Amino acid sequence: MSILEIRNVSKRFSGLKALDDVNISVAQGSVHAIIGPNGAGKSTLLNCLVGKLVPDSGAVTFKEQSLLGVKAYRINQMGVARVFQTPEIFFDLTVLENVLIPLFAKRDGSFRMHAYETVENEAQIVEEAETLLRDVNMADKRHMHSASLSRGDKRRLELAMCLSQRPELLLLDEPTAGMARADTNNTIELLRQIRDRRKNITMVIIEHDMHVVFSLADRITVMAQGTALVEDVPDKIKGHPKVQEAYLGGH
Amino acid sequence: MLGLNRRDTWFLLIVVALTLLTPFLLQPFAEDSALAQFNAGYPDLMQRIAIYGIFAMGFNILFGLTGYLSFGHAAFLGVGSYSAVWMFKLLSMNVLPALILAVAIAGLMALLIGVISLRRSGIYFAILTLAFAQMAYNLAYSVLTPLTNGETGLQITLSDPRILDAAATDSLPVPSLFGLEMNDAAQVEVLGRVFTFSVGYYFCAVIAILAFYVSMRIFRSPFGLMLRAVKTNQTRMSYTGLNARPYTLAAFVISGMYAGLAGGLLAAMDPLAGPERMQWTASGEVVLMTILGGAGTLLGPVLGAGVIKYFENIFSKINENVLHEWFGALPGWLETPIVGLIDPFVGEGWHLTLGALFMLVMIFLPGGLMEGGRRIAAAWRRRRARRQDGGSGSTAPAE
Ligand SMILES: Nc1ncnc2c1ncn2[C@@H]1O[C@H](COP(=O)(O)OP(=O)(O)OP(=O)(O)O)[C@@H](O)[C@H]1O
Ligand SMILES: [Mg+2]
Repeated sequence: MSILEIRNVSKRFSGLKALDDVNISVAQGSVHAIIGPNGAGKSTLLNCLVGKLVPDSGAVTFKEQSLLGVKAYRINQMGVARVFQTPEIFFDLTVLENVLIPLFAKRDGSFRMHAYETVENEAQIVEEAETLLRDVNMADKRHMHSASLSRGDKRRLELAMCLSQRPELLLLDEPTAGMARADTNNTIELLRQIRDRRKNITMVIIEHDMHVVFSLADRITVMAQGTALVEDVPDKIKGHPKVQEAYLGGH
Repeated sequence: MLGLNRRDTWFLLIVVALTLLTPFLLQPFAEDSALAQFNAGYPDLMQRIAIYGIFAMGFNILFGLTGYLSFGHAAFLGVGSYSAVWMFKLLSMNVLPALILAVAIAGLMALLIGVISLRRSGIYFAILTLAFAQMAYNLAYSVLTPLTNGETGLQITLSDPRILDAAATDSLPVPSLFGLEMNDAAQVEVLGRVFTFSVGYYFCAVIAILAFYVSMRIFRSPFGLMLRAVKTNQTRMSYTGLNARPYTLAAFVISGMYAGLAGGLLAAMDPLAGPERMQWTASGEVVLMTILGGAGTLLGPVLGAGVIKYFENIFSKINENVLHEWFGALPGWLETPIVGLIDPFVGEGWHLTLGALFMLVMIFLPGGLMEGGRRIAAAWRRRRARRQDGGSGSTAPAE
């Protein structure tokens, strides 16, 4: 059964065809990778899924509900979380506070004032945040200012923030870019564990690092110049002539 | 205690102690000494510091936490004053109904202006609030004269109905709290020095402490955390399932209510209200207070309000004669240039001194006076840690 349907989606930026009639169907519980050279339109496609961009034509549905024209925060509440290509975290706040915010959001919805509560007295939520930080190996940095983290750490923090929401669909835009090899391997391991532990989570990963892609993906879509060239299981993709031509060869 | 952790409880207790002891603390010099000029322990000034402290505290909930810079908050201050004076005219000289109406009307107005202005952020938001405040000023100045009495300002008169109070006799009544008149004061002599304890100041002080406590609770609450999230990254906020608008609106209304409370208190201390209270310079002043003291810190804005009101009242009273008195002991060829050098910075020129201070703080302490305090505390802690050799040098962020 597919959880996410992308049907005939096109998007133009003044003359440039960033997306040209893209069709992708993501099966529930799978890890679906999207690969392709720089400028292929991968991030633009994600932007069309989360309410940041509205496609010129086509349809996007998540659990049979259209996502077009829905506000970003509503899409998130429906169960879609996203890790950005350039980390989007709360830079002025500490690492722990960064994780507390999505946990409070999860509990309270889009707005609740509760000025009579105290953050540190919400023991259950603080405990949950600490556990998540331990999961991504950042427990010892919890009181650090998140602006001063390394790029790889920012990414892991953002991942922890997204995971704290227990999303059904997790969109990851180059989750290991800027990470050292060891951290990349840790992240692969972490994503594997999440996939195994949370049976109903679906992931869409955009990644340039083939090691990451082939370690995780159940299916792979190759994009180039705004179109989805081929979609198949990893083993078939490796030797596919079109892929060699569009991506691996021309890189 | 009171839902605060130990550190915050101590913090609050210290603030309470400082507030209650202000009549002593601001009166450090003997009456007849040359420095008596710098004493600030008289009710009028202390009340102003407390009231503008409340104004800045509220402004800080909006600007310090969410980062939305409003250039029109004086409008709420003014509306608070008008509301309070109307209450004095129509209902009673008791200050409580006056303050309640001031807060309510300012809150409603903030809701209205907030809904419109918060559709934009950054400079556009600032300009929108400025435009609204100028409109409010003009309404008060001319259009709504029946409500505001225009340029002259709204005052109480003997013929006002005041339906709850006994008919006034021959002199104008004074705002009071169940019989305690706001302009009552006791002069107390301690160790040969005279200190003034006024009902008005202590009433303002108690309200300021309550306002501080509420602001502290907001800072420490999940709601406060969300407000700080708005300031940091609205993109991430919306991808976290949070709608920023109701948060910014709530902060705007709360800060408008603080401003209304401050305006109501101004009228309670002196029952009149004029349009100049809404002027854009007044809106700018609260921005300066907050930034000077330290935006986003709990105590900073109050400190900033204190410093600015102190300068306004003390430095503006020093004139050439006073300077000649101070430096009279010096030989004439030295006295004249020194007096000539200082003169432009005092009296009418107190704005120059304030401007210079503001620039120095912004250049060397961009986080405001509170950052200065924090740096001194950190240096002191480091020194102590070094002396103890290996003692834990953990530095908790102070506020
Ligand atoms: N907001 C925008 N306005 C105009 N052009 C855009 C915009 N966003 C993306 N583009 C263009 O659309 C094309 C696709 O960009 P996109 O970011 O989707 O590529 P990508 O596949 O994510 O590449 P990368 O691997 O470098 O992240 C690029 O040519 C890019 O310059
Ligand atoms: Mg991209």
